[in-house]
Amino acid sequence: MTRGGRFSRLWLILSLAACVYLGARIGGDDKTLFIPGAMTDGHHQIEMACASCHTPFGGVAQASCLVCHEAELAEALDAHGNRKFLNPRNAVQLERLDVRRCIVCHTEHRPAITGEMGVTLPLDYCSVCHENVARVRPSHEGMSFVSCASAGCHNFHDNRALYEDFLLAHAREPSGDPPMPGADPHPATFPGRFPPRRTPIAVEPGDRRSLTAADADAPAASARGELVERWAGSAHARAGINCGDCHGAPWTDDPPEELCGTCHVEEPRGFRAGKHGMRLAAGFGPMTPALARLPMKSEASSFALGCGSCHDVHDVDLRPAAAAACLSCHADEHSESYPASPHGRSWESELAGLGTPGSGVSCASCHMPRLQEGDAILVQHNQNANLRPNEKMIREVCLTCHSLGLTIDALADPESIRRNFPGPPALHVESLEMARARRR
Amino acid sequence: MTKDSVVRGGGSPMSGMGRRIGWIASRMRRARRGVGIGRAAAAAGLVVAGTVALGTCGPSASDGDLEEGGISPRVMADALHTVIEADRTIYARHVVNRLQDEEGVIAASEHWLDDKALPLPAQVFRMGAELAAEKSDDFYYALISKWPINIQNEPRTPMEAEGLDSLAADPSRPFYGNETLAGTTYFTAVYPDVAVAEACVTCHNAHRDSPRDDFRVGEVMGAVVVRIPLR
Repeated sequence: MTRGGRFSRLWLILSLAACVYLGARIGGDDKTLFIPGAMTDGHHQIEMACASCHTPFGGVAQASCLVCHEAELAEALDAHGNRKFLNPRNAVQLERLDVRRCIVCHTEHRPAITGEMGVTLPLDYCSVCHENVARVRPSHEGMSFVSCASAGCHNFHDNRALYEDFLLAHAREPSGDPPMPGADPHPATFPGRFPPRRTPIAVEPGDRRSLTAADADAPAASARGELVERWAGSAHARAGINCGDCHGAPWTDDPPEELCGTCHVEEPRGFRAGKHGMRLAAGFGPMTPALARLPMKSEASSFALGCGSCHDVHDVDLRPAAAAACLSCHADEHSESYPASPHGRSWESELAGLGTPGSGVSCASCHMPRLQEGDAILVQHNQNANLRPNEKMIREVCLTCHSLGLTIDALADPESIRRNFPGPPALHVESLEMARARRR
Repeated sequence: MTKDSVVRGGGSPMSGMGRRIGWIASRMRRARRGVGIGRAAAAAGLVVAGTVALGTCGPSASDGDLEEGGISPRVMADALHTVIEADRTIYARHVVNRLQDEEGVIAASEHWLDDKALPLPAQVFRMGAELAAEKSDDFYYALISKWPINIQNEPRTPMEAEGLDSLAADPSRPFYGNETLAGTTYFTAVYPDVAVAEACVTCHNAHRDSPRDDFRVGEVMGAVVVRIPLR
C-alpha cells in the first residue's frame, strides 16, 4: 500500500472513530462537549436539555423560547411583543434590530457579553427606534440611552407599573409607608395587608368528612403517633384526606411528589415554571442547592427540591414554608440580611403573635406573592415570576404597603437590595417628578 | 436621579447613533450565525422555493391591474379599507361616542385594562391589525398621521409621507403606489382617516402628547395604509 493509501485509511478510521464517539456523546446524558459557552443564570439548570431550544439542523426556533416564556410575556402585556412588528412599515427598524426574535437580544452561550436579564446587546439598544425621544420628551434631552432600562424608568417587556399615567395615578396616593428602622418595624396597630390564601382544591366533595386521629387508616407499622397527631390537625385531615389517600394501596412510606398535583393543580404548575422546579419540568432530576449559582448553605447542598422540601405535609402550620424553608438553603447576602431587616423583624413579630395577622413580610410575601384570581387567592409558586426585572414586584407586592415613589427608588438601588432594604434607599429616580411636570 | 447620574457605562448620547447601530447589526449577524447549519439549510430551501416561484408565477401585478382569474390588489385594498373604515366608524360613533360622551356610561381609556374602560378606537384598530397580521401575511394595515399621539405612528416610508401629502391636497382621492420594503414589493394604498365623532377630536385635542389641539369633526386626522405584498 502506498504512503498516500495508508494515510487515507488512517484518516477514514479516525473519522469513523470520531463519528462514533461524538454520536455516543450527543446521544448520552452528558452533552458538555457540545456546549459552546456557559449558559445564562436563567437556563444553566437545563443546559443538557439541548433539544429544549435547538431544533436539529434548524437552529433555535422562536417557538422554543415561547414554550416557557409566552405566558409570562402575555401577562406582562409585552410592550414590544412580536405582533407589534409584523407590519412591513417596521422594515427599516427591523433591519437594524429584529426584535421579533428573542435570541437577537438574548443570545445564549455568550457569557462575555451577557448582562442583566440575559441581554447580550449594548445597553443603549433603545436608541435604534427611539433616537428622537427627546423631541417629545424634552426632559430626556442629554440622557444616555444606557439608562433607559437600567435606572428604574423603563422596561422593554413589562411597563405595567412604569407608564406615565400609572405613575400619576399612584403619585397622588398618600404615602402608606411603614415606619423606617429605628422604630418598631410593624407596631401592633399596623394593619395586616397580606390576605389569607383561598385556594381551590381539586378534590371531589363526595362523602368526605373532617377526620380525627382515630380515623387514620395507616398500617400500624407506619402510623407513628407524632405524625398522626400532626396530620390530625392539618388541612388534609379537615378536608377528609386520609393517610391512604396519599400513601396508597399498597402502602408506601414515600409517596411520589406528583401525587400532590392531583389535588393542588396550580401550585405545582408554578413550581415547575420557576428555578426550583424547572429541572423536573425538563425531565431531569430535582434541583439541589449544589447545582445553584447563588450562594447556598453547604449543609443543604444535596437537598432535593420538591413540595415536601418546603412544606411539611403532615403539619398544620404552613408558615415555615414562607421564610424558614428558604433560609435553610439560601446563603446570599440578601437572604442572610433578612432576619435583621425591617421586613424580617415584622415577620418575626407576626410569628410571635405580636403583629396583626397578615402584617409580617416573609420571603414568600415578596417572592411568592398571593395573587387574586377571580374568587381565589393563589400563592404564586414560581418564585422567579416577579424577580427579573424587579419592577414586576411593584404592582403585586410593594404597593401593598409602600408608596410608589419609595418603591421605585428602592428597587433601583442595588446596594439596598443586597442588604435587604435596611432603610430608606440612597438613590432617587425622578420618574414621578417628570410625570408631574408634564401634567402641569 | 439627575441627567448626569443616569449616564452609566459610557453609552452613546441621544445623537450619533450610527456607530452603535452598526455594532448592534454586527451582533445580529452573530446571532444569525448561531443557528449554523440550520440557517444554511433554510437559505438553500429559500433559493429552491424562490426558483420554483419564479418559474410558476404569471405576470407581475405590480401596477395593481386585474390579473386573469383574480382580483387586482387595488380592488382588494379598497375592499379591505371599506370594512376597516366601516368598523372603525361604528366603534367610534356608536360605542365610544355614545357610551362615553353622550350617555356617560363608561369611559374610553388608553389604559383600558387598568381603568376597566373601553379601548380607544385607535387601539381597537391597532389590535385588530396586529391580530390580522398574525393570521395572514397576504395584507397589512396601519394607522398613521402627521400629528400622531405616538410618534411611532408618524410616516415611516417615503410612500406613507407622499400619501399623507396627497390626501392633504385632495382627501377625496386615495393614494396608490408600489414600494419595496425589506426586499418585498407591496401595493400600498393610503386612505383618509376622518374624525367621525366628537369623541375623536375632544380626545386628540386634549391629549398632552398630541401635536395639535384644533382638530374638528369631519377633518382628516391621518390615514389608513393598506399594503398587499406582490408575489
